Amino acid sequence: MTTLIIISVLPIVLLYLGLYKAQKALLPVTIVGMLIALAAAVMQWNTNAQPIYNGMMLFDNFSVVFSVGSIVSTILILMLSKGYFEKISSHIAEYYAIILFSLAGIIVMVSFHNLTMLFVGIEIMSVSLYILAGIRKNDFASNEAALKYFLMGAFSTGFLLFGITLIYGSTGSFDLDVIRDWVVTHPKSHDALFYTGILLIIVGLCFKVGAAPFHFWTPDVYEGAPALITAFMSTVVKAAGFAAFYRLFSVSFSTVSSFWSPVILVITIATLFIGNITALYQQSFKRMLAFSSISHAGYLLFAIVALGAASANSIFVYATAYSIASIIAFGALVLVRQQTGTDNFEGFNGLARKNPFLAFALTISMLSLAGIPLTAGFIGKFFMFSGALLQYKYLMVIIAVINAIISIFYYFRVIIAMYFRSAERTEVLVPAYYKFVFGFSVLVTIAIGIYPELISRLI
Amino acid sequence: MNSIANTIHAVPLNHYILLSTIIFSIGVMGVLLRRNAIVIFMSVELMLNSVNLLLTAFSVYRGDAAGQVFVFFIMALAAAEVAVGLAIIVMIYRNTNSIDINVLNRLKW
Repeated sequence: MTTLIIISVLPIVLLYLGLYKAQKALLPVTIVGMLIALAAAVMQWNTNAQPIYNGMMLFDNFSVVFSVGSIVSTILILMLSKGYFEKISSHIAEYYAIILFSLAGIIVMVSFHNLTMLFVGIEIMSVSLYILAGIRKNDFASNEAALKYFLMGAFSTGFLLFGITLIYGSTGSFDLDVIRDWVVTHPKSHDALFYTGILLIIVGLCFKVGAAPFHFWTPDVYEGAPALITAFMSTVVKAAGFAAFYRLFSVSFSTVSSFWSPVILVITIATLFIGNITALYQQSFKRMLAFSSISHAGYLLFAIVALGAASANSIFVYATAYSIASIIAFGALVLVRQQTGTDNFEGFNGLARKNPFLAFALTISMLSLAGIPLTAGFIGKFFMFSGALLQYKYLMVIIAVINAIISIFYYFRVIIAMYFRSAERTEVLVPAYYKFVFGFSVLVTIAIGIYPELISRLI
Repeated sequence: MNSIANTIHAVPLNHYILLSTIIFSIGVMGVLLRRNAIVIFMSVELMLNSVNLLLTAFSVYRGDAAGQVFVFFIMALAAAEVAVGLAIIVMIYRNTNSIDINVLNRLKW
């Protein structure tokens, strides 16, 4: 709870700093505040938490682990933003404040114990993101991204709410435990309201995490929004979406998994194929990352289809590996774009000769996204697939492996452009903050790849 | 209070469910078929309000206040969404002099 309070008060402090023109203090204050919040989250670890506020929130180990993950990723993204937002507008306090408000929503989303809080958390997060997507007021692509994201987000919230209402109508409560008990005491019931409710909740949540066939807004929004906001949306927000998805389905609906798991299975397979095959045709690196984020949503859905004791851990490992690798990719994109002015793959030609460190970090990130052994991405995929194999879902794993092979092709395009294509270019200046983030992320990616036990037994 | 509850009870629960489903479907069709951003926006509000109606009906039929409290959450957050959404629409209008969503095709769908 302390974490949530700190993360909610910090943006208000930042707005005051902005009001009194203390621009230099913004980033240090943000990072110090978030480190305190991080420490408060770690203190909650293994305290045998009970639901608080009439069962509204539950800060158990699951919520601690995901809060820590999102806070660390947000700190990394904010460090990359040093000098980035100043180019967009002169009111930079707002950016930090809105990102932190969104993070507060994410913390609610990973610690809810009542469907009310799930809805409130998703809305706090989404409303902040609508603003962030459209933060370049005069840029048409950014406007378009904001409007599309807003309309699709509000639309999906409608489905989520209708689903929640139907579940309330049949079970008489919003509390996750009460809903679970209702399901257990009515094992053979054919309550149409309840099952329709589950399906509508699946639709709403799949919109939020960008799984096919509800993914069509993702590429446009990710391409139109500023690169670092896209990095935030495709890493922290996506991980939180899956954490909420998992928490709801594992606590409340796990006993009726025979009803909903075929639905999610179809969604998973469609998501994998659509994400990977469309990513093959992209010329823009940013748009390729958007489609790859759709296909990663497919891999993350594996843990929900094959719901088991290890699912929470596999979601966490996969989401961490994916987030860290994506942060490197978006950071490199920001730097290359500043120099060449283009998002396309050609912008990376010959990068290795002038910037060996940047090229090396980006290579590690691409290898991790593709799931090559000795990187964190491989461990993530390994946990996902072994969870599915434990439940004898062979066909699904075979399809996923085919997709992983397809994905290698487009991730390696960047590596080939950097190392084997030559182009006239000057050295890209890598600021110190970027060097730190890249170094840290590469170390974490390799460390998890070699010693997965570091984070694989947390929950 | 009792008289309101009695009035609500006078209509069977199934009718509320049907009415809300119909209004919700009208909202969904509005979002999918209309091209004007404001009308789409109104359709979204229609969806949310059908949910409010259904929650209230369930809440009265079960004699449980939680459903009605949820309605307040939905109204408050819908208001926050309206504020941000209208700001976005105004921003688009300033740049393009139009709120037709067909203008928004610079990025491929």
